[in-house]
Amino acid sequence: MAEVLVYVDHVDGAVRKPTLELLTLARRIGEPVAVALGNGAGDTAAALAEHGAVKVLTHEAAEYADYLVVPKVDALQAAHEAVSPAAVLVPSSAEGKEIAARLALRIGSGIITDAVDLEAGDEGPVATQSVFAASFTTKSRVSKGTPVITVKPNSAAVEAAPAAGAVEALSVTFSAQATGTKVTGRTPRESTGRPELTEAAIVVSGGRGVNGAENFAIIEALADSLGAAVGASRAAVDAGWYPHTNQVGQTGKSVSPQLYIANGISGAIQHRAGMQTSKTIVAINKDAEAPIFDLVDYGVVGDLFDVVPALTEEIKTRKG
Amino acid sequence: MSLRIVVTVKYVPDATGDRHFADDLTVDRDDVDGLLSELDEYAVEQALQISENSDDDVEITVLTVGPEDAKDALRKALSMGADKAIHVEDDDIHGTDAIGTSLVLAKAIEKAGYDLVISGMASTDGTMGVVPALLAERLGVPQVTLLSEVSVEDGTVKGRRDGDAASENLEASLPAVVSVTDQSGEARYPSFKGIMAAKKKPVESWDLSDLDLEAEEVGLEGAYTTVDGAAERPARTAGTIVKDEGEGGKQLAEFLAGQKFI
Repeated sequence: MAEVLVYVDHVDGAVRKPTLELLTLARRIGEPVAVALGNGAGDTAAALAEHGAVKVLTHEAAEYADYLVVPKVDALQAAHEAVSPAAVLVPSSAEGKEIAARLALRIGSGIITDAVDLEAGDEGPVATQSVFAASFTTKSRVSKGTPVITVKPNSAAVEAAPAAGAVEALSVTFSAQATGTKVTGRTPRESTGRPELTEAAIVVSGGRGVNGAENFAIIEALADSLGAAVGASRAAVDAGWYPHTNQVGQTGKSVSPQLYIANGISGAIQHRAGMQTSKTIVAINKDAEAPIFDLVDYGVVGDLFDVVPALTEEIKTRKG
Repeated sequence: MSLRIVVTVKYVPDATGDRHFADDLTVDRDDVDGLLSELDEYAVEQALQISENSDDDVEITVLTVGPEDAKDALRKALSMGADKAIHVEDDDIHGTDAIGTSLVLAKAIEKAGYDLVISGMASTDGTMGVVPALLAERLGVPQVTLLSEVSVEDGTVKGRRDGDAASENLEASLPAVVSVTDQSGEARYPSFKGIMAAKKKPVESWDLSDLDLEAEEVGLEGAYTTVDGAAERPARTAGTIVKDEGEGGKQLAEFLAGQKFI
């Protein structure tokens, strides 16, 4: 059976959920071979094996943290040469897309980014993408070289599928470009204790209607009652009420959770681009004419300062 | 010292218009009004700011690849303050994918001459966000991308990249490829004077032969990816809308419980 390379996104050995989702998709095409790089690479093996990795290629070096993107491209290229895979799958993070693109160019392949589904096909893997602010769905494939495909979080379920997960050291020679862009400082994000926005099963977002940074507390309280991540519309972020890292929309994060709750968000195209593929959409807005109501499964026309706290209370009561 | 900046820009269909696909499954660029991609305005703005903050002799060239109408995007950038423009236009380019676009852009950038390339974080139509990384790979220069802050001094570009897990400070020697996000600073509006001045600024037109490229290397034929189908997403079925008369929160909780979210 053909092997499929899966690039592992991990933090010091803790594998992030989108990588486990990639393993589910990789198993539809062939046998997953994972590539884990940098500090803690070896510690990823157990989780990867449990979810279907037949092999885990690892390489630890300071370059992965000290220089931007290129060392990882060098390593993935080395893995591609060693394995000759049927496809290379990479999580669709900002960095993942850059790594995938440079790899594709080097190995003479095409690249598809932001797939939301992946199936085996007669002429190679077929990727589903959501385009034009999610108003269209396309089916595409790579027609030259080894398909390099990046996949968005929440595109597949995480499935247990125990496999050998044999750890092998990957031999990597860094290119002349590897040390081109130096990382001179790094400030980790402060943890909020909430799930990662793009990975969360539930996202609770606030927009212009929240009307002030201090009022985001009621959005956060609702999120916490559901174990959800907090998002914000561009209007709320531009107003300085919530950090840009939480922005949902065309120039922020694109999310596809099981449940999306939009509070005081009108639903401009900019925002819809980032949340329209959510499974269930709920909105609370004062304006009955707000375009967000065209998308919802359930909408409440009302003042979010009344409805949101009442909803939070009710959820807490029901959860006991 | 002189500093040559090339800003890559794209002419895109207006995102608020009714965007769709043409019969050959390429983006329909005829039926929807186009404009300079909003995210590229930030790249033009940062080029202008680097120029304003520099003691060097800075020349800003805006570069686009696209059909005749793409000149509108160049005009906008020129009216914001860029010095000159290059328009790569060739019928054979129609249908080119990201890999091919990066090839055309890289050839044009090399021909134009550069110390610094500045791009937006992504186009608002294709939204892949990979062209800056591809340009760095093709040109063999450092990639300093997705910056929310950028500065150039003494042949070094520095910037801040706000990632999911951390905020990173980056540094590279010129020449380099930079991309900037929408957090890098509001783009200026062209002044009346700027608009008038833009009319006199030079716009060069190049085709594939000017770049020593063959038709087979680009276009649908040269593409590394194939779109087999595009379907309009079915409209979401109309949901239940209730007016809050004191029970809105409870009603919503009831709905969520019914869907097993509580």
